[in-house]
Amino acid sequence: MAKEILFRLSRRVAAVVAVIALCASGFASAADTDKVPPPEKLVSGGKFVGEDGAVLYHAVCQGCHMPDAKGAEGAGHYPALAADPKLASSLYIALTVLKGRKAMPEFGTFLSDAQVAAIVNYVRTHFGNQYSDALSAADIAKFR
Amino acid sequence: MSDNPTSSITRRAFLGRIGAVSGAAVMYQAMSALGFAAESSYAGPIELKGAPRGTSVLILGAGYAGLVAAYELSRAGYKVKVLEYSHRVGGRAWTLRGGDEFTELGGFKQKCEFDAGLHFNPGAWRIPYHHHGILDYARRFKVPMQSFNQVNENAYLHSTKAFDGKPQRFRHVRSDFKGHVAELLAKSLNQGGLDAELTGEDREKMLAAMRSWGVLDKQYRYVASHAVDGSRGYQIDPGGGLMAKPESSTPIDPKTLVDSGLWKYLVTDHDYEMGQAMFEPAGGMDRIPQAIYSEIKPLVQFGAKVVKIDQDDHGVAVSYIDAAKGGDPVVAKADWCLCTIPLSILSQIPMRAGEPMLSAISAAAAYVASTKVGLQFKRRFWEEDERIYGGVTYTDLPITMISYPMQGQNLPGKGVLLGAYAFGPNSYTFASLDPAERVREAVRLGAQIHPQYTKEFENGVSVAWHRSPFTLGCFAPWRGDTRDKHYDNLCQIDGRIALAGEHASRLPAWQEGAILSSLDAISRLHARIVSNASEKKNG
Repeated sequence: MAKEILFRLSRRVAAVVAVIALCASGFASAADTDKVPPPEKLVSGGKFVGEDGAVLYHAVCQGCHMPDAKGAEGAGHYPALAADPKLASSLYIALTVLKGRKAMPEFGTFLSDAQVAAIVNYVRTHFGNQYSDALSAADIAKFR
Repeated sequence: MSDNPTSSITRRAFLGRIGAVSGAAVMYQAMSALGFAAESSYAGPIELKGAPRGTSVLILGAGYAGLVAAYELSRAGYKVKVLEYSHRVGGRAWTLRGGDEFTELGGFKQKCEFDAGLHFNPGAWRIPYHHHGILDYARRFKVPMQSFNQVNENAYLHSTKAFDGKPQRFRHVRSDFKGHVAELLAKSLNQGGLDAELTGEDREKMLAAMRSWGVLDKQYRYVASHAVDGSRGYQIDPGGGLMAKPESSTPIDPKTLVDSGLWKYLVTDHDYEMGQAMFEPAGGMDRIPQAIYSEIKPLVQFGAKVVKIDQDDHGVAVSYIDAAKGGDPVVAKADWCLCTIPLSILSQIPMRAGEPMLSAISAAAAYVASTKVGLQFKRRFWEEDERIYGGVTYTDLPITMISYPMQGQNLPGKGVLLGAYAFGPNSYTFASLDPAERVREAVRLGAQIHPQYTKEFENGVSVAWHRSPFTLGCFAPWRGDTRDKHYDNLCQIDGRIALAGEHASRLPAWQEGAILSSLDAISRLHARIVSNASEKKNG
């Protein structure tokens, strides 16, 4: 009997926690997606459009690295960018976006220098990353 | 391409733009050189004779390459075991039906809500007539096939920047572009513009050819007539009794047509890779892998995630864990291994192999992006209202194309069509959306071509291949230079391990590539095994 009550109680607590989690994630994604234009405004002539880091992260990166930048795990994995010590090197990240690395495709052909810089700067200042040294388009151009 | 500011297009500009079309042909030749369009070199069923008694082969992956290898090697007398990450066979030869549930990377879940009898192939979906290997397996396993028409004369070509966004019938663009080109060439021939190339009788023959090919009148003009109706279709079709007389349709003027850019889609009309006849298994693409699987069921272990591939002079040891629960690795041992794991994933698994093979794996590990959306509608309005039976509508919208189902044509009731097949940047933007948002966007965008979408849409599913847990993308991204450098190293047997799959073929992304790669790899593996065994015996 006592076990059953405990079980019911824990189920109820789990349900409340789940609802809170759902609301929190719901609000977070609503705020992000409000800003993101529809697909036909994100790509033109085979290249990504716009220079807003948050929008570009949404359009280019989050398909694999996920909306929370925590990556994903299946038969293989996509690395997390959240709280990632590798992001300390802006050049490492810029080069990875431009040229690709292992399972990650190269995005240099789809993105301008300014767009690559915007993505790198956005990721390095969000998702628990706090690196204030920003890259410029001119910095990216050197790696083409 | 810049717009021509003059109202009537000059001959030079027009021919320049035709050059842009032949640019597409040149690009296609380049693709052929990369191995995109080669005919299958399948030479009939393989016979592997003289397998040494008790020799074991561990196969990693139960897609086409793994299934074919398991079937052929077990028939040849080998002890075979297959480890598969997911809980079904076929890999990217996959069919979704009502009730199917699946989870993307990131934990996004979908349940397919299609009505009974309807299906959608989110991966492989068509088989060219020259892919002899897959057609032979389908024949041997008696899988019923039906025609798949890539080109439909009555489907649409659509540009948001031309004809006020109104879709044009394929037959109009095809007939009119051909007619206008023929008229220009005829004019040039008649004015002596090509006298350096063609004179006398040859010139006359070419004029006759242009007249016939372009459906030109006696003055070598491409203008409205019942002869032209015979090519592009009538305004009012011929009827019976006292019905209205047939009325001629009006060709699109050359400048508008050329400026529209829609001619770029005409290449599908004369494309070796997608030329008629094409096929699909009736009832879904997974019917062929299912048929092969039915012969080897006890050999396949599902839910096995490979975490390490080791080998020494005596055999292979593959560590795997329960894909859902994790836990301690289990080691499967065998004398030899055929690994069909996609390079995107294999590049992340510790594997004992030589540097040439490992470099080759990394060189083609960043898989190509693609996203597909399947949509169910209450009625088959594309057939009932628009007379489009199968085939493909092409558009410059991010959905790229709409393909109409081959199954259930001209019957009343519901239907499922391919509502998006996005590549490159468009695929990334689609992959970034929640599955439900992808479906919503495909419906919103597709409604620009078929306004009926809004009212008739019922439900949909989407597969963004970069969110596929078992492939991390669509297919291996070989380029000319990386292939030259690494491809042979990828295909060579390394110690006791051979690789197979579409990634180890010159037919990337095609099922035929996976099958030929597998047959070639197991034939070489078998030869190696037999030769090792006889050396041992004689030594």
